[in-house]
Amino acid sequence: MKLLLKAGRVIDPSQNIDALMDIAIQDAKIVQIGPNLSEGQTNGRKGPSSKTKTIDLTGRVVVPGLIDMHTHLREPGFEYKETIETGSLAAAAGGFTSIACMPNTQPVNDNRSITEFIKRKAALAGRVHVYPIAAITIESAGRSLTDFRDLQDAGAIGFSDDGKSVLNSALMRRALEYASSIDMPVICHCEDPQLSAGGSMNEGFVSTELGLAPIPAMAEDVMTARDIIIAEYTRTAVHIAHVSTAGSVEFIRSAKKRGVKVTAETAPHYFTLTDDSLRDFNTFYKVNPPLRTKEDLEAVKEGLRDGTVDVIASDHAPHAVTDKDVEFEFAASGMIGLETSLALSLKLVDDGILTLPQLIQKMSFNPAKILKIPKGTLQVGVDADVTVIDREKIWTVDCHQFRSRSRNSPFHGRRMKGKAVMTIMGGEITYDESQNNA
Amino acid sequence: MANQKVVMDADGIDRSLTRIAYEIIEKNKGVESLILVGIRTGGVFLAQRLREKILKIEGVEIPMGILDITLYRDDVLKTQKKPLLGKTDMPSSLDNKKVILVDDVLFTGRTIRAAMDALIDFGRPKLIQLSVLVDRGHRELPIRADFVGKNLPSSLWEAVTVHLTEKTGRDEVVIEESV
Amino acid sequence: MKLTQKDLLGIKDLSVEEINLILDTAESFIEVSTREIKKVPTLRGKTVINLFLEASTRTRTSFEIAGKRLSADTINISSSTSSIVKGETLIDTAKNLEAMNPDIIVIRHSAAGAPHILAKTVKQSVINAGDGAHEHPTQALLDLMTIRSKKGQIAGLQVAICGDIAHSRVARSNIYALTKMGASVTVAGPATMMPRYIEQMGVKACCKLEDAIVDADIIMMLRIQLERQTEHIFPSLREYSTYFGLNRKNITLAKDDVLIMHPGPVNRGIELAPDIADAPFSIILDQVTNGVAVRMALLYLLTGGN
Repeated sequence: MKLLLKAGRVIDPSQNIDALMDIAIQDAKIVQIGPNLSEGQTNGRKGPSSKTKTIDLTGRVVVPGLIDMHTHLREPGFEYKETIETGSLAAAAGGFTSIACMPNTQPVNDNRSITEFIKRKAALAGRVHVYPIAAITIESAGRSLTDFRDLQDAGAIGFSDDGKSVLNSALMRRALEYASSIDMPVICHCEDPQLSAGGSMNEGFVSTELGLAPIPAMAEDVMTARDIIIAEYTRTAVHIAHVSTAGSVEFIRSAKKRGVKVTAETAPHYFTLTDDSLRDFNTFYKVNPPLRTKEDLEAVKEGLRDGTVDVIASDHAPHAVTDKDVEFEFAASGMIGLETSLALSLKLVDDGILTLPQLIQKMSFNPAKILKIPKGTLQVGVDADVTVIDREKIWTVDCHQFRSRSRNSPFHGRRMKGKAVMTIMGGEITYDESQNNA
Repeated sequence: MANQKVVMDADGIDRSLTRIAYEIIEKNKGVESLILVGIRTGGVFLAQRLREKILKIEGVEIPMGILDITLYRDDVLKTQKKPLLGKTDMPSSLDNKKVILVDDVLFTGRTIRAAMDALIDFGRPKLIQLSVLVDRGHRELPIRADFVGKNLPSSLWEAVTVHLTEKTGRDEVVIEESV
Repeated sequence: MKLTQKDLLGIKDLSVEEINLILDTAESFIEVSTREIKKVPTLRGKTVINLFLEASTRTRTSFEIAGKRLSADTINISSSTSSIVKGETLIDTAKNLEAMNPDIIVIRHSAAGAPHILAKTVKQSVINAGDGAHEHPTQALLDLMTIRSKKGQIAGLQVAICGDIAHSRVARSNIYALTKMGASVTVAGPATMMPRYIEQMGVKACCKLEDAIVDADIIMMLRIQLERQTEHIFPSLREYSTYFGLNRKNITLAKDDVLIMHPGPVNRGIELAPDIADAPFSIILDQVTNGVAVRMALLYLLTGGN
């Protein structure tokens, strides 16, 4: 099977490419990239190739397959919220060819068998590369480290106790040191649970008005600062997940200036929504870290613009109706994002915060680099993971059309501009908008 | 406004009230145990006037109550929009009192039905009599007035309005075609 | 004149005209409660469900009496939120109640926003009888009514609200209510009980009781919730009552004709010295009396129509 992607605007930050080009794919690999490729000349093979499928991508943007380094697939344990299969379908529909999934399943992904189970299920679904992130501590309980090397061997690509911080600073130090020695990233959910105890929204004027128990921005900031301090001291790398506060952005910015090996991600809702959205107690806006203020939102955007924030990840967190259709303080935190992440992020380009290549870098090359996976590039010889984007497509989010098993998106009904219209993973088309609408 | 007709002027109203005051005293053989109860809002002013006239005639100041019948109306819950509630002020229990209920216009009888229900909640009157300035007919309940200022045959599409100085600055009863 | 919304969820949503309508209507209802037969037939055949998912005696009784004096059938459901959480969801409870065709549902809940869920779920009118630390609109309305009847008007008055502002729905509803009606409000409490950006609600905030009550026309003392001590928001009861309790001495800072209010139940000897609670300038029991009238007014105004 050969594929020839013709005449798209190819953007590949890893090779500094932003030009009208063709891409030739054969045997699941990219075999050629350049202007005006013809069907016959793919990789020097001679003769007419009747099996080559040519796709005209005039007017489309062609980028390295997008990577979402922060998702929750809920399987095993919470299959009523999402499964690896439904999550994979959602990822492909959102333009992603690789996703990393967090370990807060039931049981927690803290051992080889869970990691292997996830890999196996993902391969069966076959829609997206799924990279399991294993827990830092057993049951993510913060007491003792998991078997890092065994998990690495089983296919885990990083460690995180996502959903909480490793509170014991000495243990966190050991985790960073040990992970660093085997060249594995550690991803930190930064939250001081005593400062955030009982809270369900950002502490600010809105929480004062609504009387909802507040989570101060500093609950995130003190842990961001601590993790940076530990990384700096131990000269290890640390990745800060879902940055939502102006304070965290600033801590990361100054640490980077000092040469600390800190990287950071944010999620689309933190540069799109503020705590003002909570005024009618709609639990779809309940997320952790909580939606912050306009000032935080602007700081996150500035962090993206100046490179402090390296990655945009969805923090796709599926929850069933029963988890959300309850009193605000009892509702589960989280919103789904795989199928809205790209369009919300493209708004940054429309608003002049990022150039399109910068955005693509934050959604492909940068996460690949942090996770140390051979992805996020269109170089000849790599897996043919490609995302095709229609920059101009106007569409309205309809949560009932989602591939995800859950519907907890606050963006239902929102008009969006720009969409992934084709996703290709390993040379296979995993999502095709035209088929979808046919 | 074109079809407006004055059917009672200030003098006419005053003469009617004077006659009613005499009739009340005559029918009740004096003013013993009498209490005037005016129905908000028009009936209240008429009750006050009757009280003054009775004072002039008999030299006795008889007690007076004010009744807001809104809470007893049979149509009060038909709409979300509610009539503005007025205060009820009953000077004493109505046990064994002769109650003269006073209203401006007697029409369907529903207001009087509501008023009688309300009165019963203030005790067990010896009797209730009804005094109105205008009886325009069209009763929907078996109710009749004991004292009537003027019987005014009217059609259903006409509106009868009692203007009183205390309320609108002039004394006049007007009939007009309602749109 | 009518209320524009089907529900009463908070003072924040009310216009000054609507507040005045409720207060004027409530004034007229005062008289009904003084009759020998304390009952009018207005809501005959109507059903009011008091869904109280958080402990309450005063407010629930007040709503029940209000409903009964209007001839409504009142049904009380009392349960702790925790048992509801374990079993049926609030939405299921709401749908079940709706299926029984009540006319009004009154809800008290420990979670902010719970009445809003109910109001979105059912077609009936919903009255918020207190939701978490969010709002307690009927309390604020009865407070306005009490102040208006004692002082003649609300505009221009200096009102001090003192205590645990952060956790108080009474404070929030009263801040909305009093500022809408033109009073100037000062809130006072230890910094640990003061929510951030409270001044943006149009009030002055201070951390000394004395500063708040200087020249006050009205002092509203809030109930200190003893169980909050575990959250470290005050060091000890002794310290709190010494520095944030109202007593014979510090009350002299207020205007000579100052009136003392409290939403109840009072912790005698903690936020209020016992002789202050019983003093002639304490109008705490007037608040309770007016509470019935305000709730009658709301049941009356919200029932009926389509």
